[in-house]
Amino acid sequence: MSASDTAILEPETITKPTPNFSVKPNVSPEAMEGAQALVRRLEMEGVEYIWGLSGGAAIPIFDALVTTNTKIKLVLVRHEQGATHMADGYARVTGKPGVVLVTSGPGATNTITGIMTAHMDSVPMVVITGQTISSMLGKDAFQEADVFGLTMPVVKHSYMIKNSNDIPRVVKEAFHIARTGRPGPVLIDIPKDMSSGICTAELDPPMDLPGYNPEIKTDLSSVMDIAEALSRSRKPVLLAGHGALIANAQQELLKLAETLNAPVTTTLLGKGAFPETHPLSLGMLGMHGTAYANKAMVECDLVMSIGSRYDDRIVGQPQRFCQNATRIHIDIDVAEIHKMISVHHHAVGDARAILAELNKHVSRLDTADWQKHLDGYKKRFPLKYKKQGGLKMQHVLDELDDLTNHRAIISTDVGQHQMWAAQFCLSVDPHTWLSSGGAGTMGYGFPAAMGAQFGRPDAAVWAIVGDGGFQMTMCELATACVHKLPVKILVLNNHYLGMVRQWQELFFDDRQSGVDLEGNPDFAKLADTFPGAKGFNIKRPADVRKVLKKAMEYNDGPCVVNAECVKEDNVYPMIPAGKALEDMLVDAPKYKLEKPTGST
Amino acid sequence: MNSNDLHTISLYVSNKPGVLARIAQVFARRGFNIDSLVVSSAIDGNYSRMTISAKGNPEGLDQIIKQASKLIDVLHCIDHSQESVVSKEMALIKIGVDSEGRPEVLQLVEHFGCKVVDFTESSLILMVTGDSGKLDALIKMLGRFRVIELVRTGKVIMARGDEVT
Ligand SMILES: Cc1ncc(C[n+]2csc(CCOP(=O)(O)OP(=O)(O)O)c2C)c(N)n1
Ligand SMILES: [Mg+2]
Repeated sequence: MSASDTAILEPETITKPTPNFSVKPNVSPEAMEGAQALVRRLEMEGVEYIWGLSGGAAIPIFDALVTTNTKIKLVLVRHEQGATHMADGYARVTGKPGVVLVTSGPGATNTITGIMTAHMDSVPMVVITGQTISSMLGKDAFQEADVFGLTMPVVKHSYMIKNSNDIPRVVKEAFHIARTGRPGPVLIDIPKDMSSGICTAELDPPMDLPGYNPEIKTDLSSVMDIAEALSRSRKPVLLAGHGALIANAQQELLKLAETLNAPVTTTLLGKGAFPETHPLSLGMLGMHGTAYANKAMVECDLVMSIGSRYDDRIVGQPQRFCQNATRIHIDIDVAEIHKMISVHHHAVGDARAILAELNKHVSRLDTADWQKHLDGYKKRFPLKYKKQGGLKMQHVLDELDDLTNHRAIISTDVGQHQMWAAQFCLSVDPHTWLSSGGAGTMGYGFPAAMGAQFGRPDAAVWAIVGDGGFQMTMCELATACVHKLPVKILVLNNHYLGMVRQWQELFFDDRQSGVDLEGNPDFAKLADTFPGAKGFNIKRPADVRKVLKKAMEYNDGPCVVNAECVKEDNVYPMIPAGKALEDMLVDAPKYKLEKPTGST
Repeated sequence: MNSNDLHTISLYVSNKPGVLARIAQVFARRGFNIDSLVVSSAIDGNYSRMTISAKGNPEGLDQIIKQASKLIDVLHCIDHSQESVVSKEMALIKIGVDSEGRPEVLQLVEHFGCKVVDFTESSLILMVTGDSGKLDALIKMLGRFRVIELVRTGKVIMARGDEVT
């Protein structure tokens, strides 16, 4: 066609012939689309929220959220990782599985970090992923990823739907598996032809799980053995982990500790299982635990873990851990017994039920000398910091703890700020401390705080994040604004990947490599650009209380408090990775340290 | 036991896609190499039987059994290494042999109670069943001949008497 042709032609509308999709198959009135059955079943599971982000393979499911007129609220996130951490935070504060809904391929792969984070910390979650249509599976179809295979090592269980009629049963089983026994994430991969196909199955079918028996009958004689071992102890330590909280065993633990008159330490995730304001509390143990908790572990004659997995961050060197003590393990997962350290006695089952039984058979121990001894350590090696010489993260956290009276829900990210938060923000109530313990996932803190706020709308929720980790998921500020979540984000800003810099300083002759966060935005200003969010700055030690108070008064949406902290500070006490608890550094070492041999 | 001990594990599992992959992952993640693996449908077709032979240290194996038992699709997982079980394996062995060497091979066949299942001018296929030790011995003896191909089924076991496999 030449230019002159175009000039003389009338503009014409071209109509491309399109197939007509509007003809729906003729179905009986009670029949639904698979996606609609899915939504109905989610309602029956008591689901309040779904965190997700759509795409081609998931559109039928998102559509069903509209066509079913469901009361379930959809929270549209900005990145699928955020959805998983929100579901995780919600699950940790409510005990109910968090639900995630994403599309196939990249949507699904973006959830893997969050699924693994939940798996490592035994958090109940149901992740629903759209998938390409069944006939295209394995043919490298657009946005096809083998999500069932990719997630296999990080889920408690997973399903691929092969028949729309399986949807109600699979969803029922998924929730049952996610929340019972040792909780964990369950994934359901749903090909698009299954979600849009017709489901005539009943919505409450029987489950078919012959290989899954979460109901464990605890052997009573093992409890009696434990009671007997306890009765002989003069220097006991009770060690509470996340399992104690999952089982809601805090009352029974309090009773046990007070009856025995035995000190209690908790793991990072056990914070809140025992009030850290209690005279018998030793705070957190482990790599950055309190000196007195770690010293108590070294010197005790009996250690009893309740729902912790004796992981490498708390035992240091397994061969040297509590070698002269009677070691006891209470856990719901038999695979944890003798996994890291061998124990003399163990009981497998629900921590709450076991402690309730144990409480019937124990009496007060003669621990007066032991407690006096530990009190000596508390006086000699307290957690400490200086208010002079630049703004310290510890200072900000200590003031926050005071202002919130230990009652806020605290959700941390991963790094130095996390460890200081664990030390300085005392946990008193159960389910008010959220942190990625097993996975150590940067980017967790803020979206998990949002999930916690969804689950506990009236609670004061603080996300305590580093300048590095916050940037991994801060796009969710938009989501927080849409839902007017009054989450307070405290950015403890040292302009470094601080924890890695600390290791480089201590173990790699202070050679910094890839830790300087030059290019950071102005976090407070950035917050102001989101509709309904507000930014604050803490520049000097004298500002801390005043600004934190202002932030506490802002409840119309999220707010970001950027605290400009000293750049180079190190977290102590510290047990270098792979070292024994005896090798703890209470303060900065005056000698050169060897490279750690422990894993990470 | 040392780290090269061979363990024989039986599993009773749901007959569903993905089950084998999950079990294989439990071994692979802990650095255990699976030496042989036999899977077949159980009497009830909804379930499968697996027999796995693997080498490794006993603590590692203990974890593997506990972790495999935790899998939702696994009904049970039992280590039979210490027990007396009926243990059988079958092998097909193709030997390149002409009429001159044949009598000697046929002598071995008789001695080991195997069968000749294919006979050509230049080769024989032998079928041998028995415990794995017997198969090893025969294969060693055949080393003097030209073994063209060797296929073993892997060990299957069954617990004796009232014990469960
Ligand atoms: C996703 C992810 N990547 C890398 C790491 C390794 N890592 C652990 S702590 C840390 C530094 C975190 O820096 P920042 O968020 O600024 O916290 P800070 O330690 O400075 O308080 C890094 C990189 C991690 N835990 N998670
Ligand atoms: Mg930092």
